[in-house]
Amino acid sequence: MSHDHGHHKDTFITKYIFSIDHKMIAKQYLISGLLMGIIGVVLSLFFRMQLAWPEQSFEIFKIFLGEKMAPGGVMRNDIYLALVTIHGTIMVFFVLTAGLSGTFSNLLIPLQIGARDMASGFMNMLSFWMFFVSCIVMIASLFVESGPASAGWTIYPPLSAIEEAIPGSGMGMTLWLVSMAIFIASSLMGSLNYIVTVINLRTEGMTMTRLPLTVWAFFVTAIIGVISFPVLFSAALLLIFDRSFGTSFYLSDIFIKGEVLHYQGGSPVLFEHLFWFLGHPEVYIVLLPALGITSEVIATNSRKPIFGYRAMIASIIAIAFLSTIVWGHHMFISGMNPFLGSVFTFTTLLIAIPSAVKAFNYITTLWKGNLQLNPGMLFSIGLVSTFITGGLTGIILGDSTLDINVHDTYFVVAHFHLVMGISALYGFFAGVYHWFPRMFGRMMNKTQGYIHFWVTAVCAYGVFFPMHFIGMAGLPRRYYTNSNFPLFDELADTNVLITVFALVGSAFQLVFFWNFFYSIFRGKKAPMNPWRSNTLEWTAPVEHMHGNWPGEIPAVHRWPYDYSKPGHDEDFVPQNVPMKDGEVELHH
Amino acid sequence: MNGLLILLIIVLLGVAAWQLSKIFSLTQIGTAKDDSAIATDKDNNINGYLMFAFVAFIYIFTIYSFVKWGSFVLDTPASLHGKDVDRLMNISMAIIFFVQTFTQFLLHYFAFKYRGKEGQKALYFADNNKLEAIWTIIPVIVLAVLILYGLYTWNQIMYVNEDEEVINIELYAKQFGWEARYSGEDNTLGKANVRYIKDVNTLGVDMADPASQDDKVVGEIHLPVGKKIHFRMRSQDVLHSAYMPHFRAQMNCVPGMVTEFAFVPTLTTEDMRGTAMMMKKVDGINKIRAKKSQALLAEGKPALEPYKFDYLLLCNKICGASHYNMQLKIIVESEADYKKWLKEQKTLSVVIKEANAPKVDPAANPADAKVVVDTTKMLAQVVGKN
Repeated sequence: MSHDHGHHKDTFITKYIFSIDHKMIAKQYLISGLLMGIIGVVLSLFFRMQLAWPEQSFEIFKIFLGEKMAPGGVMRNDIYLALVTIHGTIMVFFVLTAGLSGTFSNLLIPLQIGARDMASGFMNMLSFWMFFVSCIVMIASLFVESGPASAGWTIYPPLSAIEEAIPGSGMGMTLWLVSMAIFIASSLMGSLNYIVTVINLRTEGMTMTRLPLTVWAFFVTAIIGVISFPVLFSAALLLIFDRSFGTSFYLSDIFIKGEVLHYQGGSPVLFEHLFWFLGHPEVYIVLLPALGITSEVIATNSRKPIFGYRAMIASIIAIAFLSTIVWGHHMFISGMNPFLGSVFTFTTLLIAIPSAVKAFNYITTLWKGNLQLNPGMLFSIGLVSTFITGGLTGIILGDSTLDINVHDTYFVVAHFHLVMGISALYGFFAGVYHWFPRMFGRMMNKTQGYIHFWVTAVCAYGVFFPMHFIGMAGLPRRYYTNSNFPLFDELADTNVLITVFALVGSAFQLVFFWNFFYSIFRGKKAPMNPWRSNTLEWTAPVEHMHGNWPGEIPAVHRWPYDYSKPGHDEDFVPQNVPMKDGEVELHH
Repeated sequence: MNGLLILLIIVLLGVAAWQLSKIFSLTQIGTAKDDSAIATDKDNNINGYLMFAFVAFIYIFTIYSFVKWGSFVLDTPASLHGKDVDRLMNISMAIIFFVQTFTQFLLHYFAFKYRGKEGQKALYFADNNKLEAIWTIIPVIVLAVLILYGLYTWNQIMYVNEDEEVINIELYAKQFGWEARYSGEDNTLGKANVRYIKDVNTLGVDMADPASQDDKVVGEIHLPVGKKIHFRMRSQDVLHSAYMPHFRAQMNCVPGMVTEFAFVPTLTTEDMRGTAMMMKKVDGINKIRAKKSQALLAEGKPALEPYKFDYLLLCNKICGASHYNMQLKIIVESEADYKKWLKEQKTLSVVIKEANAPKVDPAANPADAKVVVDTTKMLAQVVGKN
């Protein structure tokens, strides 16, 4: 990285569109992620309405789904599955992987380690634009004649492989696979860039044990991504072969619509293994960056060092390692050997240990702090709360014996939405509120932030807590309506309540969007270091410039968590402040 | 009605937003000039108290949930291993609730107690190996117990002793329905493959296999109480999952392979209907259905049948458009009743023979052929419409 970056004359195109500057790419990821988030959430509201008021006619369906998908305003049953599928895909991959990781890894890795940009700015740009193309293809799949992919976000064959099984497995599924293939390429380019940048471009004095926990989380996340995403790519490739070229990797002995298909010798269980080899680490690809953001935001706003810095790093690494050997807990009842089930139960429940360490470390960080309850801080505390509530039920689902009866019920829906959906979303919001001044040079309105948090917090519990109970009643997920089972009649009111909470909670996200876009243009001008934080990003000028620092890159002399350190006048000591005579690094 | 409801929600939302912003701005009166975007002591104070209120909300909502929805939870397992599953579930739940109550309290209480104040100094407390050890070792011990207990139960459930006396039944899944095949006198299921599917032989049973001759294909499952049933699952098209929640049993049906699950039913359908829990549940459901029926009758539609409890087999793996309506009744009865029922069912070889028997009236043949063509056409039209 050369210093003359700042002297380039930027045109509109190179500054805002084909930018190779990591800060601009971060904003591009952020805005695209938020827009995809709107689509993902609106789809979920549509199917929640169908669940609460089954097979009723809604004007809004006539407008948005049209006569074909919702004849007379009543949602079709295969379109219900399509909405569920695309909601899952968009939220998991496009919002919480690309939106979250893409935004904050790009923004924070160079700024927090003291680098002028990513190792390869061009590859970074390419990564974003491939992500953008994959978004377009995924959105386009919503409009194809036979409907979008409808086999669930896990796209288990044969349902996803045979068009006769469900209309969405025609053109819709093809576009889904194309979109995901491009997405994976984008994600790999991003991840490789993050890894190389963290390893090679740290500023003077920035040892690995002086890295902020955000960077640790992004770094480890990128490594898991590089290990697991290619496996999904292979899985998708073999599925494309089965679909288009008549191979039998996943298919065997199929009789459908009165005809025997030629497939022989394949197994859907193979696909499940390959899919979850990515699918489970994916949960942590979503969650770890959120936990990294939370670590930073909680420490800064508690005016205290994060408790157990090294234990936090160790638990991130432990979670990352374990995450790659637990995928089988999605398959306890898939027909795989029960002995494998035992092994996966064992490894799965082990994850509770580093998770517990993290939760207690967060709580201890709050203890005897001087908590500045900014909106970012509220979302971080909220994250710890939903992470605990959602994580604990993992002890039940990870236990093969108990999984038998709650597998694929609403209990699972409650569990993963709390532990990875809501938690990661809170991490996302915490990051936006916290680093908004760094991105846009302005502040977001805190009152609107408070309203946003408290309503969201209540609604998140309101939506997902009751789902545990209807799940333990044995209600399967992905049912278009429960009205064919008199046994489930008593659950109808609860479904209405859940939907109302979902509608209210989602409506209040508009407060956030208003706050976000209004503040970009009209927010209060931000001071250089509004949260009085220690990390390096707050030593760089607010104005947009290539290379991040006008002069020399600051050197680092201490870890990032010297908050309220005895012997200093201020309650924070930025990383670039040299050690005083006789001062010791206490965390070692 | 729905339009009204949505309108009401929107109005309520508006009112809520307005009130909330008013509360927040009212509390700023003392510091009217403060328009900082960073939390002030006042903000810390309000949000600190709200944090405390939030943990109360979590507790109250949890208690409310148990009172209101606790009865939804499947109770009284109808199988032998179900008791073990439920015991493990209860132990896990107890641990979870203890940890949840305790940690949520600490988290929110600290957020309240240590809310920022001017001049308050945070404690520089970066590390403590003893504490880290405590919250590493305690989860290790608790999880070790849960893992061992879980694996012990899992092994009890999943491995079927080959010498044990079992009744072999095949569950056969297809879009969107179930069939079952009983193994007959020899207690051995004949070979099968989708390539043998022909006319009435809907399960693709290989009729050349001697073991197939006495197999019986039925559209309703009857099980004798107290006998071990060894289910073998097959699917002819996509993944399905045979979910029998009351028996705490579930196994995927995978095209191209045979999966297994075995259990002993312990309560007959009549026994289950007679339990206090189930009587209350059915009563509640029938009240809801009666109310719905009134509304239906007012619209000139037929009323709903009153609900009577039956064990169910549900599909619990997304399998296509009508996934939500793929069910089969299971009846658990005394061994005598079961044997009587089974005797009445025709063997597959008889069913095939009858179907292939030459028609008595030769004049009916062309008509038959015509009808067949017509149905195909009609089917094609229906499929096309979908």
